[in-house]
Amino acid sequence: MVNILKKFKPEKKELIHILHSVQEAQGYISPEAISEISKYLNISEGEVYGVLTFYNAFTLEPKGKHTITVCMGTACHVRGAASVLDEFSRRLNILPGRTTEDKYFTLETVNCVGACALGPIAITDGHYHGHVSTRDVKKIIDDVSKEEGKKKKE
Amino acid sequence: MKKVDPEKLEKLRAQITASREKEKTCITICGGTGCHAYGCEEIAEIFKNEIKKQKLGDKIDIRVTGCHGFCERGPIVVIQPEGIFYQRVRKEDIQEIISKTAVGKEVIPRLLYKDPQKGVRIEKEREVPFYKKQKRIIFGRNGFIDPTDIKDYIALDGYKAVSKALFEMRPEEIISEVKKSGLRGRGGGGFPTGKKWEICREKDSSVKYIVCNADEGDPGAYMDRSLLEGNPHSIIEGMIIGAYAIGAGKGYIYVRLEYPLAVKNVTLAIEKAREYGFLGESILGSDFDFDISVFKGAGAFVSGEETSLMASIEGRRAFPRQRPPYPADKGLWGKPTNINNVETWANVPLIVEKGAQWYSRIGTETSKGTKIFSLVGKINNTGLVEVPMGMTLREIIYDIGGGIKDGKKFKAVQTGGPSGGCLPADMLDQPIDFDTLTRAGSIMGSGGMIVMDEDNCMVDVARYFLKFTQEESCGKCVPCRIGTKEMVEILTRITEGKGEIGDIKKLKDLAETVKNASLCGLGQTAPNPVLTTLRYFMDEYIEHIEEKKCSALSCKELIVYYIEPEKCVGCLLCKKNCPVNAISGERKQVHVIDQDICIKCGACLDVCPPKVSAISKYTGKDKEKILEQHNRKKTKK
Repeated sequence: MVNILKKFKPEKKELIHILHSVQEAQGYISPEAISEISKYLNISEGEVYGVLTFYNAFTLEPKGKHTITVCMGTACHVRGAASVLDEFSRRLNILPGRTTEDKYFTLETVNCVGACALGPIAITDGHYHGHVSTRDVKKIIDDVSKEEGKKKKE
Repeated sequence: MKKVDPEKLEKLRAQITASREKEKTCITICGGTGCHAYGCEEIAEIFKNEIKKQKLGDKIDIRVTGCHGFCERGPIVVIQPEGIFYQRVRKEDIQEIISKTAVGKEVIPRLLYKDPQKGVRIEKEREVPFYKKQKRIIFGRNGFIDPTDIKDYIALDGYKAVSKALFEMRPEEIISEVKKSGLRGRGGGGFPTGKKWEICREKDSSVKYIVCNADEGDPGAYMDRSLLEGNPHSIIEGMIIGAYAIGAGKGYIYVRLEYPLAVKNVTLAIEKAREYGFLGESILGSDFDFDISVFKGAGAFVSGEETSLMASIEGRRAFPRQRPPYPADKGLWGKPTNINNVETWANVPLIVEKGAQWYSRIGTETSKGTKIFSLVGKINNTGLVEVPMGMTLREIIYDIGGGIKDGKKFKAVQTGGPSGGCLPADMLDQPIDFDTLTRAGSIMGSGGMIVMDEDNCMVDVARYFLKFTQEESCGKCVPCRIGTKEMVEILTRITEGKGEIGDIKKLKDLAETVKNASLCGLGQTAPNPVLTTLRYFMDEYIEHIEEKKCSALSCKELIVYYIEPEKCVGCLLCKKNCPVNAISGERKQVHVIDQDICIKCGACLDVCPPKVSAISKYTGKDKEKILEQHNRKKTKK
């Protein structure tokens, strides 16, 4: 935490930059981090909390090991993204925005990734899957686990 | 020291051009986000390795460029100088492209684009119908530039306009030129850019800021991202000129978080521009100082609104505030600030370099220049298209876009994102500019153009947009916070078959209130999708409410999936793929869906072989009949 804060001037305008760095390094913004940031910038914890909960980029809970993001942009919507999201939600047994109990998967939505030609789109750990239909969902989920198995073997 | 002045810049340009043989073969690989998703990175890597391995480096250049626009056909590879256009290139094609086309100058027909109407294969990029009708003055250079190499931009007359502006023009002259050009803001509002600059210039303050709004939040619009990713220097150049004209010393580029590649490329471009003396102190040896920082957004749609955006840069929640005072009076940290959209900034160097007269010849009476649209949805040629203002929707959708996917019928086109509206088929011959779109109840917005066909339900589309704005509403003002929520509830109820006839009036009243009473642009425009669908597609609302019917067969609660007994061949495919085991039936026997279990996911319809196509969707009275039949059978059992 100290190392992250050191990189920024203790000015309030740095708050969002600091939150980005903490989120990236720790995967979420912990209560301890909120307290450290508030002391460093000399603002209240409430103010840090207010800003971080306003923006989608920051989370108060650690994310799962793997993130599945379903694009809900208009181009994806008109091509059936809602059904795709439903199917991910059903198969993982979690609502969008939540993490499975075993902390393995987080299911997220995004309002548009701008790769509209490929819609509907699902992104697993930064890897894009285009033209996804409900029947592809099982394979996409399975492949994430398989990929990890492969990496472990290597 | 790399720092240049106007003279050294021209020398450098001459050097770069001289070192590049015009006739040398160059394999350009599109590196836009669309092509990235198709795996262009790996393809580029293999190309590079192969060229190295075969020691062809002195004969062939490789360049990973910005987005070419024709995202539907990615990964795209264009062989220059001939301009041979290869689409949907796979790893397996690389060897052949190098040996046959790059070395042997022989075209590989299989990889060419085939005109679906005429059935002929087209060799050159510029002859592909998708590109033919476009006028790519802003976006066209993307295909020739490696965004990470400033020399590519300089070679194409880059930073010439800055040189001209700083040394041959006074700030007032620049503003007058931009005013004369007729350039209007490309972010949505369409406010005259020169006028905006003038207002900010006239403010008495020693500190002024300029901002590039790259918080492109409209779903389905990605032209700003492609410009930032593909040609970041053109935006930086526009900002330098604007800052000089206005008298600003510091600029910010506020980029949307979801665009990591844009953040990376524009950050690198700023560093390079500093190295060459285009940014920093004494730009090009003049007495003008200006620098730019990149601000990474944090995922809030409302931060695209200018007062919210400024709050966000200041490190606060992106809450909008009342205007006036406008940013030109009280902007960032209370100082005069001028905010323009990415595409607007990218237009500026062209106007300065080629003159207002040249620029104003393009477009219509009140809307000058070109506009980049992202043509997406149910269209054959998905991608980014740049056309002169005033082109008709029909030309854009049919001539450039190649018409509707799978031979379906056009229903509507949605422009302007969540702030815009849906336009029906009888608007297809309208020339597209700021004013016709506004008159039609929509807006130009940032340029999203989402095409919908007969399978899209317009009530559902209205619900989709309202749900979007409701979730993104910051909650500061009541009309937007409560009004959008109420509208979503009514629209959801209608799509679920629980609508009442009074709902339409309620929707209209709410829409008017939210439009008139909201604090910022987000709320003031949020009702547009509802108002336009009510205006052009009222019959769909009535059908949903009175007959509990969705003719587009899209609203889940209003349809059933049904296996046609006379068509079903009993192949077990749908049964195996049903995620909830709602389908019963043995091999070679007719399958049946248990309507009580079915979750209407549509997996069965997806897997039923097209030759068989035994699965249908029914709505309204037909749906009721099927359910009755189903219930009868169940009680018998």
